[in-house]
Amino acid sequence: MTTETTVRTPLIVKDLKVYYHTRRGPVKAVDGVSFELNRGERLGLVGESGSGKSTIALALMMAHKEPARIEGGSIILNGSNLLDDNDEQVRLRRLSEIAMVPQGALNSLNPVMRIRDQVIDGLKDHNVSMSVGEFNGRVAELLTSVGLHPDVASRFPHELSGGMKQRVSIAIAISMNPSVIVADEPTSALDVVVQKQVVQTLRDVQERIGAAAIMIGHDMGLMAQFASRIGIMYGGKIIEIGPVANIFQNPRHPYTRLLISSLPDTRSKRRLQGIPGLPPSLLRPPPGCVFHTRCPDAMDICTQDIPITRELDPNRFAACHLYGDQDGKEVVL
Amino acid sequence: MTVDYVLKRAGMFVLIIFVAGTLNFAVPRLRPTNPVEERMNQLLQQAGGVHISNVEEMIARYEDRFGLNNPLWLQYVNYWISLSRLDFGQSIAYFPAKVTEEIRQSMPWTIGLVGVTTVMAAVIGSFFGAWLGWTRTPLAISFVVPLLLIVTAVPFYLLGLLMMWVFTVWWPLLPGGGAYDFAIPPSFTLASILDILEHAILPATAIILSSIGFWGLGMRGMMVTTMGDDFIKLAEFKGLKERRIFLRYAVRNALLPQVTGLAINLGFVVSGSVLVEVLFAYPGIGNLLYTAITSNDYFLIQGVLMYVIFAIGLMLFIVDMIYPLIDPRIRYRSA
Repeated sequence: MTTETTVRTPLIVKDLKVYYHTRRGPVKAVDGVSFELNRGERLGLVGESGSGKSTIALALMMAHKEPARIEGGSIILNGSNLLDDNDEQVRLRRLSEIAMVPQGALNSLNPVMRIRDQVIDGLKDHNVSMSVGEFNGRVAELLTSVGLHPDVASRFPHELSGGMKQRVSIAIAISMNPSVIVADEPTSALDVVVQKQVVQTLRDVQERIGAAAIMIGHDMGLMAQFASRIGIMYGGKIIEIGPVANIFQNPRHPYTRLLISSLPDTRSKRRLQGIPGLPPSLLRPPPGCVFHTRCPDAMDICTQDIPITRELDPNRFAACHLYGDQDGKEVVL
Repeated sequence: MTVDYVLKRAGMFVLIIFVAGTLNFAVPRLRPTNPVEERMNQLLQQAGGVHISNVEEMIARYEDRFGLNNPLWLQYVNYWISLSRLDFGQSIAYFPAKVTEEIRQSMPWTIGLVGVTTVMAAVIGSFFGAWLGWTRTPLAISFVVPLLLIVTAVPFYLLGLLMMWVFTVWWPLLPGGGAYDFAIPPSFTLASILDILEHAILPATAIILSSIGFWGLGMRGMMVTTMGDDFIKLAEFKGLKERRIFLRYAVRNALLPQVTGLAINLGFVVSGSVLVEVLFAYPGIGNLLYTAITSNDYFLIQGVLMYVIFAIGLMLFIVDMIYPLIDPRIRYRSA
């Protein structure tokens, strides 16, 4: 299974569709998302609420719940499609191949179990057999690697601060050296200083174990600190993706441009401006480009045809009709 | 667990006993009627209008004997002195039997019947509730919820009457009342134990059916809340086995309030289950309390209540001692 290509690209998501089936019809939360993740690479997925970013995280863990269903596409993890696995196979691949750092809400650890046991039970349920001493040694090693004192192992969650708890979550996530780490808004509910430290820790351990990482969030500043590549999500689709510096300096999609110009800038004293209008209904998405209702550059074609994703520069993709007549290489991701 | 914590809890226990014991002393004495006089009149009526000339004197003698002539403060002091000796005086209804003796005779039956069934109902109910609250339980099982609601809503003396009719009249399978067959006096022989168990089946079923819904629905509610907690999601992301998530993450946390509930209910065990015991003529505390109330036997009522107060206080104290062991968040908090 571990061929040369899979080692280099542990995660390939192709045309992933996740719909929430409601009484009024399917809500297309994720509608044809494709991306690849190379070893050691850090991808940031940003987008406003309801853009489908958290649904992607759940789908990658195969932890989406009814009424959400994966309608199509594939999630190729280390060369084999997660969607072909049965429940038990998926369970075994969680933590060992793909691990999740949950939202930084304050009760993601079991309040009645010591930290040590919450790290070890994951290993035990993945058939890791060690002596008690070896388990304890492994826990101490993991805690140290996320910047915690090994004594934290015998504490209960309520005895830890928010930042410490989130470090424990990171320690659990890397406990089996997964090839992909998914972090879904790992710093929400933490204060700004701690946010930076936690993101830095996540980055350090990710580099150390050489995993690929996806961070989901809406804080562009933290994204810039963490990610090497950024994908912008809108209406269940990735509308632009590219290297982080490139995106910030030269946003190509009108939505990305508006998003970046809405960020506060400490050097200029201009008024802060948002993006007028509301996110589209995913129950009945507008025809054509999902963004055309709010797009300042909307053309006739935008209301009719769904724009395909084009590679505008090497490693730089956007889905927008503005670039249709350029001789950018057309690709369907 | 610190010494400080234990001392504070023990102090709380003593305070509960003191306040409740004082109320137990005061409330019956707030009544405008004289218990001895009332009992006398009752007896006279039963005797059928026989004229007795020295009723007044008899009442005075009895009042003297029960210490009801003493000033209130002295009665109060004597009350606590006799309490400390576990002496609740003599029963008016069963005079001259001692209250303590009456209670001592009824207590084993009640603890055996109500104690065991309370634990059984709590365990079975919590198990069902946990199962019903578990998201992966097949939907078909959810019919149990309305069933639990119905069983809880039907007054259980009706249920008891129905069962009594079905199993003693319509299909005579079980004894209809009492705790044992008079031909087999209670002892620790196999025949006697089987006989006692046979007599306990109907009242036990009535108690379990009537309280199982309380435990089941309470547990189900806690399970649903717990299943929505973030640590359940992380447990799933960790790829834990379902069995571990169910037991160690969901049930373990949902069970915490049930423990307090069980302790309080065990405290109430010593007051018996009045309706069931009366219905099945079971010689327990509930039956005793019923007799005491219908015959204005204040000393007996006071005695039973004191046992209840003591038992609840003791159970709460025990819960306070156990709780830090099962919920680490409570540890060291000695408020």
